[in-house]
Amino acid sequence: MDWIEFPSLSRGSLRDIRVTVDGTVDTFLGAYGEAIEHAFDPLKDFLIWLEDLLISSPWPIVLAVLLGIVFLMSRSYKIVAGSLFSLILIGVFGMWEDTMRTIAMVTVCTMLAILLGIPLGILMSRSERVQRWINPILDLMQTMPSFVYLIPVVMIFGIGKVAGLIAIVVYAIPPTIRLTNLGIRLVDQDVLEAADAFGSSPWQKLVNVQLPLALPTIMAGINQTIMMALAMVVVAALIGVKGLGQPVLNAIANQYFFMGVQNGLAIVAIAIIFDRATQAYGKRLQKHSEVLHG
Amino acid sequence: MADATGIEVKNLYKIFGPSGEEMVQKVKDGMSKTELNEKFNHVLGLNDINISMPGGKIQVVMGLSGSGKSTLIRHINRLIDPTAGEVLYGSEDVCKMSQRELREFRRHKTAMVFQKFALLPHRTVMKNAVYGLEIQGVPAKEAEERAARWIARVGLEGFEDHYPNQLSGGMQQRVGLARALTNDADILLMDEAFSALDPLIRMDMQTVLLDLQEELQKTIVFITHDLDEALRLGDRIAVLRDGAVIQQGTGQEIVLRPADAYISDFVREVNRGRVILVDTVMDTSRTLDGGLTISSGIMLEEAAKSFAESGQGEATVVNDDGKPIGVLNVQDTISAMVTPATH
Repeated sequence: MDWIEFPSLSRGSLRDIRVTVDGTVDTFLGAYGEAIEHAFDPLKDFLIWLEDLLISSPWPIVLAVLLGIVFLMSRSYKIVAGSLFSLILIGVFGMWEDTMRTIAMVTVCTMLAILLGIPLGILMSRSERVQRWINPILDLMQTMPSFVYLIPVVMIFGIGKVAGLIAIVVYAIPPTIRLTNLGIRLVDQDVLEAADAFGSSPWQKLVNVQLPLALPTIMAGINQTIMMALAMVVVAALIGVKGLGQPVLNAIANQYFFMGVQNGLAIVAIAIIFDRATQAYGKRLQKHSEVLHG
Repeated sequence: MADATGIEVKNLYKIFGPSGEEMVQKVKDGMSKTELNEKFNHVLGLNDINISMPGGKIQVVMGLSGSGKSTLIRHINRLIDPTAGEVLYGSEDVCKMSQRELREFRRHKTAMVFQKFALLPHRTVMKNAVYGLEIQGVPAKEAEERAARWIARVGLEGFEDHYPNQLSGGMQQRVGLARALTNDADILLMDEAFSALDPLIRMDMQTVLLDLQEELQKTIVFITHDLDEALRLGDRIAVLRDGAVIQQGTGQEIVLRPADAYISDFVREVNRGRVILVDTVMDTSRTLDGGLTISSGIMLEEAAKSFAESGQGEATVVNDDGKPIGVLNVQDTISAMVTPATH
């Protein structure tokens, strides 16, 4: 009755494959690990600088600046009032410092995701071939359990900020790439034809027509990226990222219900602030399409 | 601008499909559009087009949907690449230009107005109008000064800071026209520019265009499916069907001598009084002494109006110098206006 069991490779062969692959990764990391680590130094420095700035500046100033940014983006007193209320509650319950760390992390991750994601999305929108290659990679990035790609990342950077940063960006960047691509592809063909008819170069067409018209869609992608980055904060805590994720982990390990809920709600509060501010900003960008001729 | 350059379209073929070039010979050998589609899965877009578009005049290309008229106009600025043939502007063949040359040609020699307006929705009227100049690298201040003039000329003064969405269809197409005129190009391509507008607004825009043309004398290629519009605007008209030109000439030539049954069907309902010149109907064998005079080159309808107002039955037709060249009577005028063309 041999056919009941699936004819898998023998234990020996499996072990050989494992050893070979792991060996190759080890050798590769031995040779290039340090170079890769140093390549990320500027990013790490920037993250540390931002974190310090948020934590060591007097809290009223930080609060004022954060609310100012929220106002500039949303132009809505309601959203500003909501943000003020949640941030004060966060402070009162002793989570100010952790929250600032998380905000710094999410900000840097989002900036990195935009910096990498938009050009990739543009590239993808311009070529069917690139799209065919990038799409499955994005699927992989979104579904592969984070811990798997964290293995080599931790091997290079050790546990800490940079490893967390990479884990978060890998997980959170796909929406920005996908929606940039989609937004550009959805731009009205008639308008593109007009741009061509007036002799626009490909670059002029991109800057004057495609990106501005795709912007609302791109903003939706960035909004999703921010939300996913926040969702990764707890996972990132597993590899040593400080912030609101660590008390959550601590709460799980020790079954501190209140501590878990409290920090969880703080994450939710920042998520809502980020979400409302970016969405309101995205909506303002579409102002030109609001006032319809009656 | 009196010596505007014309456009010569010569032996132009467009066949849509992966190996269009191989199909050209088959079409030259007489294969029909249907056969080409059924046997080889290629679509015949344009079939041996030869049109000489006069400089400084309005050339209308007329046809129903699917006749290839929009494809044809896109060959003039090569938004569509031809399968075979030439589009000559002066001595230059648009079809042979490199990408860079083509871009320069589009920037400086042509401007286009679209059926669906194709305005940039995120830009104001002013920013739309300066688009062509911006692309050319004209400084913003100068560009806006030049655009302001055309915005005013098409009747949109005071709307400079509105977004296209805030305007009605007719006003949006005025923006389209202002954008094209601001480019200050010799060739104006109008792809069913007024087809999406209400009849009254369409008439209005036709008047705007005719007024502008009197002053500018650009080489205008105007695409339409509306015969009345074609007759009103066109100095010359080419009628397209299934990708081929079936007749070309002045409006009067087409109405009086339709080339086949298809065209006579088309022109049957036309208001002939607005197409046929008095010169065509008058009796050149005699002249009158005194009485009513009407000038040569006007349409029958206007002549009929003169008859009605004066109550007379005969009139002398005089040329530009005031010399009598023939006699027109009411009887002939009315019969010419009401007799439908037969093939």
